[in-house]
Amino acid sequence: MATKLWASRAASYFRISVFNNTRGFATVAKNLKYADSHEWVKVDGNVATVGITDHAQDHLGDVVYVELPEVGAGVTQGSSFGAVESVKATSDVYSPVSGKVVEVNEVLNDSPGMINGSPYEDGWLMKVEVSNKDELNTLLDADQYTKFCEAEDAKH
Amino acid sequence: MRGGLWQLGQSITRRLAQTDKKTIARRCFASEADLKKTVLYDFHVANGGKMVPFAGWSMPIQYKDSIMESTINCRENGSLFDVSHMCGLSLKGKDSIPFLEKLVIADVAGLADGTGTLTVFTNEKGGAIDDSVVTKVTNDHVYLVVNAGCRDKDLAHIEEHMKSFKSKGGDVSWHIHDERSLLALQGPLAAPVLQHLMKEDLSKIYFGDFRILDINGSTCFLTRTGYTGEDGFEISVPSENAVDLAKAILEKSEGKVRLTGLGARDSLRLEAGLCLYGNDMEQHITPIEAGLTWAVGKRRRAEGGFLGADVILKQIADGPSIRRVGFISSGPPARSHSEIQNEKGANIGEITSGGFSPCLKKNIAMGYVKSGSHKNGTKVKIVVRGKSYDGVVTKMPFVPTKYYKPS
Repeated sequence: MATKLWASRAASYFRISVFNNTRGFATVAKNLKYADSHEWVKVDGNVATVGITDHAQDHLGDVVYVELPEVGAGVTQGSSFGAVESVKATSDVYSPVSGKVVEVNEVLNDSPGMINGSPYEDGWLMKVEVSNKDELNTLLDADQYTKFCEAEDAKH
Repeated sequence: MRGGLWQLGQSITRRLAQTDKKTIARRCFASEADLKKTVLYDFHVANGGKMVPFAGWSMPIQYKDSIMESTINCRENGSLFDVSHMCGLSLKGKDSIPFLEKLVIADVAGLADGTGTLTVFTNEKGGAIDDSVVTKVTNDHVYLVVNAGCRDKDLAHIEEHMKSFKSKGGDVSWHIHDERSLLALQGPLAAPVLQHLMKEDLSKIYFGDFRILDINGSTCFLTRTGYTGEDGFEISVPSENAVDLAKAILEKSEGKVRLTGLGARDSLRLEAGLCLYGNDMEQHITPIEAGLTWAVGKRRRAEGGFLGADVILKQIADGPSIRRVGFISSGPPARSHSEIQNEKGANIGEITSGGFSPCLKKNIAMGYVKSGSHKNGTKVKIVVRGKSYDGVVTKMPFVPTKYYKPS
């Protein structure tokens, strides 16, 4: 997820940058792959399920709106496929894989808070028919992602 | 969140300080170590505060409660905010009021002793330099609180005018209350909790009233005001007593008044329809356009005598060409800079603040539209990420205010 210009300037200071994270580090699920823009991906055959990480939802706070892609739309690794809005901030979400969207989690239209409560399970965003499995090798594993988050938080 | 959120936190600092090039340079390159800390900094961290850079200060954006929970708790129970980054200022001398009245739109002379009002510092074009709560303590003492992000430019502005005023024999001097800290206690439990810590009867102190009195063993400036729409107080306390006072307030509330950060403070003020300077009011926006015509005192309308009075008085007579209004909208929350269109798709303005209302569970926003499109119930389109969503001009405050006024 990346912050975008259309988010309000006022909102920009609500983008949670924690240089005193007293909450400790968020959960990182072992069996998933991660993008450094804080999305996770779980591959089952040709289909990848995509969501945002616990770390990301924790930093965003209460999610109030989710903009999902259309089923059938093409997505590209590293490109925006939707947006997640919390009380204060708008964040783009970036696809960790390329392919075609085969399903989106429509439950989030009515219950966006599911992303906070269950980021790795019920709060998934979309399922993608993967066009190039090699791309998965460019993603981080759980240990690498944990270290990445620690380093990012330590900077602040 | 790519690119680091910390830098984004800086953008508001830069923008609020845009007239002061030296400040920009200093702040842009400031690391966290250079951020100013209030005396409550360690207290915030110990209580789980997520500290972020704000207007050159390291301030809590939230604590362990989410912004949603904090916002709702303020209206149901109460909130305690550290707002020590804001700048308290006293003007003293027998000409304090005539001096200040050259710079602001309020009828300060007409205020009863120990009462205050919201006001706006204006420039020669009638634009807003800052908004401020001004209190007439006595005829020769005025107390003001100005925004943290505007401190440098406000003080420079006041100082420049003070110099020329004094050179013509005017009797005025200032004292900047850097020896004090400022706490805001807001919500329905504010008065009952504070009453435990002081002798004077709070039921006789109304919205806008000001007193200098003893609270929890130290001499405080108490103003019954706030930035949430709820009943509540701002307490200017000697800095060495600030942590004790914060602890005492939380203790006396038996945990119901919660420490609350800037995140919920912004939700609360938006729900209350209050302007955030730098977003909803800027140098090129007049108080009339901002919907603050009521803040131009009657005598000031007749006499003028403040910077930009010609522009402002003409706008009062003829009506402004743009107006600040509220919106409720569907789809994603409207944010600052979202375009506002009429039903035919023509541009009529821009959103200046917006978000999801924790109390109403709806998207609320404020922004400026051309006069004619400003009436309540006017249907509009608000453009978010290239798609337009239905919105309707809605009377503010979105959540009814609960100021304590004489019945």
